[in-house]
Amino acid sequence: MPLVKHGAFVANEWVEVADDAALPSDGAVILSLKRWQAERDALAGRNGKFGIRLPADADPAVIRADLDRFALIVLEFPKFNDGRAFSQARILRQRYGFAGEIRAAGHVIRDLLLFMARCGFDAFQLAPERTLDDWRAAMREFSVWYQPAADARVPASELRHRALAAQ
Amino acid sequence: MYQYDAIDQRLVDERAAQFREQVRRRLAGELTDLEFKPLRLMNGLYLQLHAYMLRIAIPYGTLSSRQMRRLAEIGRRYDKDYGHFTTRQNIQFNWIKLENTPDILDALAEVEMHAIQTSGNCIRNVTADQYAGVVAGEVEDPRIYAEVLRQWSTLHPEFSFLPRKFKIAISGAFPDRAAVKTHDIGLFIKRNGKGEVGFEVLAGGGQGRTPVIAQTVRDFVPKAELLAYLESIMRVYNLMGRRDNIYKARIKILVQSLGIEKFRALVEEDYAASRDSGSPLPDAEIARIAAFFMPPAYERIETPVRAFEAARFENREFARWVQNNVVAHKRPGYAIAVVSLKPEGGVPGDASSDQMDAIADLADEFSGGEVRVTHEQNLVLPNVRQDALHALWQKLSKHGLATPNLNLITDIIACPGLDYCALANARSIPIAQRIQERFADRERQELLGELRIKISGCINACGHHHVGHIGILGVDKQGEEFYQLSLGGSADENASVGKILGKGFPAEQVPDAIEKLIATYLDHRTDGEKFIDTYRRIGIEPFKERVYAAG
Amino acid sequence: MTAQIFNANDILSGRVVYLTKAGDWSERIDDAAVFEAPDDEARLKALAEAAFEARRVVDVYPMEVSVENGAIRPRVYRERVRAEGPSVRTDLGKQAGNL
Repeated sequence: MPLVKHGAFVANEWVEVADDAALPSDGAVILSLKRWQAERDALAGRNGKFGIRLPADADPAVIRADLDRFALIVLEFPKFNDGRAFSQARILRQRYGFAGEIRAAGHVIRDLLLFMARCGFDAFQLAPERTLDDWRAAMREFSVWYQPAADARVPASELRHRALAAQ
Repeated sequence: MYQYDAIDQRLVDERAAQFREQVRRRLAGELTDLEFKPLRLMNGLYLQLHAYMLRIAIPYGTLSSRQMRRLAEIGRRYDKDYGHFTTRQNIQFNWIKLENTPDILDALAEVEMHAIQTSGNCIRNVTADQYAGVVAGEVEDPRIYAEVLRQWSTLHPEFSFLPRKFKIAISGAFPDRAAVKTHDIGLFIKRNGKGEVGFEVLAGGGQGRTPVIAQTVRDFVPKAELLAYLESIMRVYNLMGRRDNIYKARIKILVQSLGIEKFRALVEEDYAASRDSGSPLPDAEIARIAAFFMPPAYERIETPVRAFEAARFENREFARWVQNNVVAHKRPGYAIAVVSLKPEGGVPGDASSDQMDAIADLADEFSGGEVRVTHEQNLVLPNVRQDALHALWQKLSKHGLATPNLNLITDIIACPGLDYCALANARSIPIAQRIQERFADRERQELLGELRIKISGCINACGHHHVGHIGILGVDKQGEEFYQLSLGGSADENASVGKILGKGFPAEQVPDAIEKLIATYLDHRTDGEKFIDTYRRIGIEPFKERVYAAG
Repeated sequence: MTAQIFNANDILSGRVVYLTKAGDWSERIDDAAVFEAPDDEARLKALAEAAFEARRVVDVYPMEVSVENGAIRPRVYRERVRAEGPSVRTDLGKQAGNL
């Protein structure tokens, strides 16, 4: 599945490890929340990066204490119109200050990509037939937004404030 | 009225372009029907019984004459020369084609209108008091904050895919004409002990399958904190609202299942953690928007206005219309004129394109170019000089817009029902017409006084039957249309959900049942007591006995 | 099996259409292909689904009808409203030839 990050397709260096599969001794691995919670102490000495996959109904607070152990958090869109991951991403990014990769997985359609980017996602697993042009088109669909979010895009209120100050 | 700046305009232009592209992708097979449906709903496009239906946003029910003319044009060019004003202050066109919708959205964007988020699991049109800015006793004009909320809620990146639809209403005066307590979030503008203006924030109200009255989450939120606080409510709902069952997915279900104490605690916890990253509401932005809602340059007018009083004295029909449809304006010598869209035999809330054009002209001539839409499906000309009321009334009469029945028994609120709506179980419009016909006598209507009948064609309650003084719900009983009556609902600040009377009736028996309810009321009422007050005093039993008495 | 036909909405116009024997979609209910046997149902269903996949129609479903002298009438009231138009505006919809 094509993975978009920083506006380009990137190779996926991460391996998704099933709950009952043996963990590779090194390399970048993604674990489920369940497995992490069960084995977190035992994993302390392992060589290699950890990523964690949070289900849509998980409270991000459950991994707050461990955030510095993750280089990647995968958030899910079980159906594309299940918007819980938008809140999860914002909490992780803005409230907890998570600086690693937040990746969108599941039913990721073009029409949500800009909302995702605004909420703090920086990597996107697209459906197999999707192209980079889809991605670019999605990022360009809007050039104004009313609300501040987890990204650096300047919201309307700030633009208006600057315009007033400049007068 | 608010006027778009370059940012507002660009947003609706880009949104229209986005939808055009979404339609192209759908027709080219790049979007499945399942994927396309929520996207078209978020642009107000439904598939109904006969065709697509487009619900166009009329933010907090306010329209300029230019916008009204554009709606008339859309009705002519893309529909069948009429539109329907809804119970959330929007307008619907029933015969729309998907292939024309991108052009319609472009035409709307040209006059600073859109159909953004009028459907879908997102924040819908924020509704407000239809007399905002012109009625006495207002703490502040709620339209200012309704506009703030409109912008804040438009394409909110975090809250565009909620468990279910989300409706917000705001009121700045009493009685509450915006039905605040029946909304997912309701806001009352108020002053605290220090005289500062802020908001009482309520949540968890709603109608539909399980009607619930909203409860207070926080008694006072300062202006600057309004948006950030609301975001915490939205976030708790977004994360915890049920997504497994559409009948249990509204915030009212969440508030009920957690209890208000626990719900409030979760909101406050989120707010404490996120207030710095929430949407700000600077004073400068409030002032910028408030400037669009400054009162017009009213003249100093001596009252009583002799020309007006004389016309009333001389013309009984005019006097009747004034008595029923003209509401006191806060400025001496001015008036609020309500244009009834409930003529006998018509379709409640419908207006032809010709009528829309006429209203636009009358708004220009008599009301500073402004029209309002009420959530009871009537229109308002908010700033009419008393000495012009007679001329206005004559012109309204020419267009069938002078029915003098505001809040009377024939001023019925009805959803489109099974005549139009794919969700309906029964027709609602013919029931409204039968009742109007039975109670056509104007003297009798006035004798009965304020009596709000609300009719829904299904459990989704778009006709707001739960909060009707008399509510009527259409059901399908083994293939037959049956109608269940309820009593004692109310949408104002003393909000209450109506109580079911008993067994339902087939359509032709509904007027008789209403007659019996009326007879009970008249038998028991004390001087000047309104129907709802008599009901509250004597309870449902006398009504029940009369309606279901043998023979 | 009772007599049934397939109906849908045309994707572009939104108008109600009925599946004919030839696999076309007509706005007139009397043109609809009536089926009562599972074989016919299967054949027509395949045509209907193909039209959905081809993005010609949306919201396809079968409905029960009665047939009298070639006139097809839906059994369920809701479908009669769809086939005719709003009962409160008899000047609009199929009933008035005004689509």
